[in-house]
Amino acid sequence: MTAVVRTEGLGRKYGRRWALRDCDLAIPAGRVVGLVGPNGAGKTTLLNMVVGQLAPSAGTIEVLGGRPASGPAQLAKVGFVAQDTPTYASLTVADHLRLGARLNPGWDAALARDRIERLGLDPARRAGRLSGGQRAQLALTLGIAKRPELLILDEPVAALDPLARREFLASLMEAVAEHSISVVLSSHLMSDLERVCDHLVVVVDSRVRVAGDVDDLLTAHHRLTGPRRDAARLPSGQHVVSASHTDRQSTFVVRTDGPIHDPAWTVGEVGLEDLVLAYMTPKTEDRPALEALR
Amino acid sequence: MIEFHLDAGSGVSPYMQLVRQVRHALRLDLLREGDQLPTVKDVVAQLAINPNTVLKAYRELEHEGLVAARPGVGTFVTRSLAGGSLAAHGPLRQDLRRWLAKARLAGLDDESIEALFMTTFRAAAQEDIA
Amino acid sequence: MIWLTLRQFRLQATVALATLVAVTALLALTRIDLVDDYADGIASCTATGGCERFKLQFFDDHQSWFTGLVTVVVGLPGLIGAFWGAPLITREIEAGTHRLAWNQSVSRSRWLAVKLGVIGLASMAAAGLAVAIATWWSDPLDKAGADRFPRLSPVMFDARGIAPIGYAAFAFALGVTAGVLIRRTLPAMAVTLAVFAGLQLAVPQYVRPNLITPVERTVTITPENMQGISLAETTLTVRARVDEPGAWVLSDYTVDASGRKVKSLPVSLAAGACAPPPPTTVPDGKESVDGSGRGPAEKCYAEIARLGYRQHVTYQPGDRFWPLQWAETGLFALLALGLSGFCFYWVRRRIS
Repeated sequence: MTAVVRTEGLGRKYGRRWALRDCDLAIPAGRVVGLVGPNGAGKTTLLNMVVGQLAPSAGTIEVLGGRPASGPAQLAKVGFVAQDTPTYASLTVADHLRLGARLNPGWDAALARDRIERLGLDPARRAGRLSGGQRAQLALTLGIAKRPELLILDEPVAALDPLARREFLASLMEAVAEHSISVVLSSHLMSDLERVCDHLVVVVDSRVRVAGDVDDLLTAHHRLTGPRRDAARLPSGQHVVSASHTDRQSTFVVRTDGPIHDPAWTVGEVGLEDLVLAYMTPKTEDRPALEALR
Repeated sequence: MIEFHLDAGSGVSPYMQLVRQVRHALRLDLLREGDQLPTVKDVVAQLAINPNTVLKAYRELEHEGLVAARPGVGTFVTRSLAGGSLAAHGPLRQDLRRWLAKARLAGLDDESIEALFMTTFRAAAQEDIA
Repeated sequence: MIWLTLRQFRLQATVALATLVAVTALLALTRIDLVDDYADGIASCTATGGCERFKLQFFDDHQSWFTGLVTVVVGLPGLIGAFWGAPLITREIEAGTHRLAWNQSVSRSRWLAVKLGVIGLASMAAAGLAVAIATWWSDPLDKAGADRFPRLSPVMFDARGIAPIGYAAFAFALGVTAGVLIRRTLPAMAVTLAVFAGLQLAVPQYVRPNLITPVERTVTITPENMQGISLAETTLTVRARVDEPGAWVLSDYTVDASGRKVKSLPVSLAAGACAPPPPTTVPDGKESVDGSGRGPAEKCYAEIARLGYRQHVTYQPGDRFWPLQWAETGLFALLALGLSGFCFYWVRRRIS
């Protein structure tokens, strides 16, 4: 499978602080990738490097086989809907379509016109007077109608109400179904990501914690509940993602490739949201020891 | 034509929800042989879900021999689930009622009954796999 | 890209164009009388004499318009820098729209090149038009006031010729640079205005005089070249007149017999040989005597010459107006190019 985005040791520093570091990713083509993590974890930094908005401080990045934003041809292959879906407030909807047509050799005018029509946007209306949802849809139209192979969206629905959010994601998914583009979108609304994503990248504290196809992730992760036990005593093939203990009971979320045979455990499935949360909560390896002192 | 819906809180993966809804409709005779399933694009536009999810669900149904894809036209139902199995529902329900009555006599409340049923159901399913 | 740049510039261009048209119309109307009056006046004064007095009077009558136009031309580049230059990139950064623009199939360099090129040219055109119109309207007044406000004098130099075009290019680039560095429109506008105004004050003072090596003369003070003599407290100073029309005098001081600069002629002269004629004496310790007409007596000049004092004058001759204009325009154009180059570097490397 060819990778649409491949990074090795990718990092970006702001001053002395690493916004993202040691990032190794290989995102396969044809996926809708969800990029999740707490605010300030480095999601926007990663996306900005993918579109070439930002230059890396360390490591390499290859997008669709080229260096991000290295020239008009590369720019034409990648669409980007930036955070807060910026549009030119004083320009009309029609002006935006004209802008897209003039600045993109592969512009699909019919597609753009059709989308605007179906969305019920008045072409003569200034973008500054559109609602948040309409503005996001306009920005998405610009991103889709340039007919990219890869579309990047940075928190596109964060500021939208539930209805606008649903409509936005529906038209995004429609575009994916119609034009088979690969998509990477960041969000912290897990319910949305659960619907639309088939590949997940979790970024916490400037590092990629886990990445993979959603199905694979779900089958590889289990919730183990049983009598209290130390995390260190789990078999070597089971990587503890999160652990919590009460006086008598231990609950682990583990990642493992093989089946779990130990009859002492009640084995449960981990939903996508819980899985992400397990990676986001800081690992407290020393907590059992502390509790043992009591 | 059926309309899909997704229950985000169910804990069941979206693709499995689609598969179950089709099977359910087939059992209840809401979908019959020859009926067309919504196109991937329609489902995607309606539910705002990943097209691959829909494709996967349809592939699963195809694998089960319930539907068939005709390239360029759509996906159509090839077999109904109503009928044979529907007939078996009556006696089974009777057995279940009797068992429920016994459980109540033994002093189990609703939640206990449900827990007992689910653990037994899961254990049996796991034994089948193993 | 050109289309987008022009589309974004539409409002500003419309405002500028409307103002230009209105002002030009007004000027065209008033100019008719202005030209006629001047022609009539010159015709009659040539016949009867007293042209100097007519020119003085004519200039004074229209001075407010004249200075108004000069102010507009001098101030325009600063305004262009603040209102066209500073917001050019900053407004995009503030609204985040640079992210939209940079992800169309156009490289960042091309985006910036077109923006700088198109609006930069528009800035230069605007300044050029303003100078042309102001010069055209002021033509009779430029003639009438040539003695008092030669075009080489600091402010007039800024308002005539081609230098304003260079200023506009520079101020525009300055505005853009301030914008990309500060990233906020209002502060960038303020900084642009402040820096440009500072340069407009500093350049005539320190740079322009030396663009071409000035002419230096050391002359004996005579009744012909004496501009004025004045006594203040304990200093007696003389100013000389440069015998070339329209010259820009840079320095004018007295040297003694050994060629050293002196701050004052011997004060004793004021009571002796150079004592003013009685009627003009005012007992307040400071008095000025007009060099023309009833000047100091011959013996005053003789006495100054005998003591070995001579007048040292440096100046730019009036016919150097165009060479100086070209030199200064070139200088500002170079600065504008340098700033533009910096903007390219900064926008490509430091903005995301």
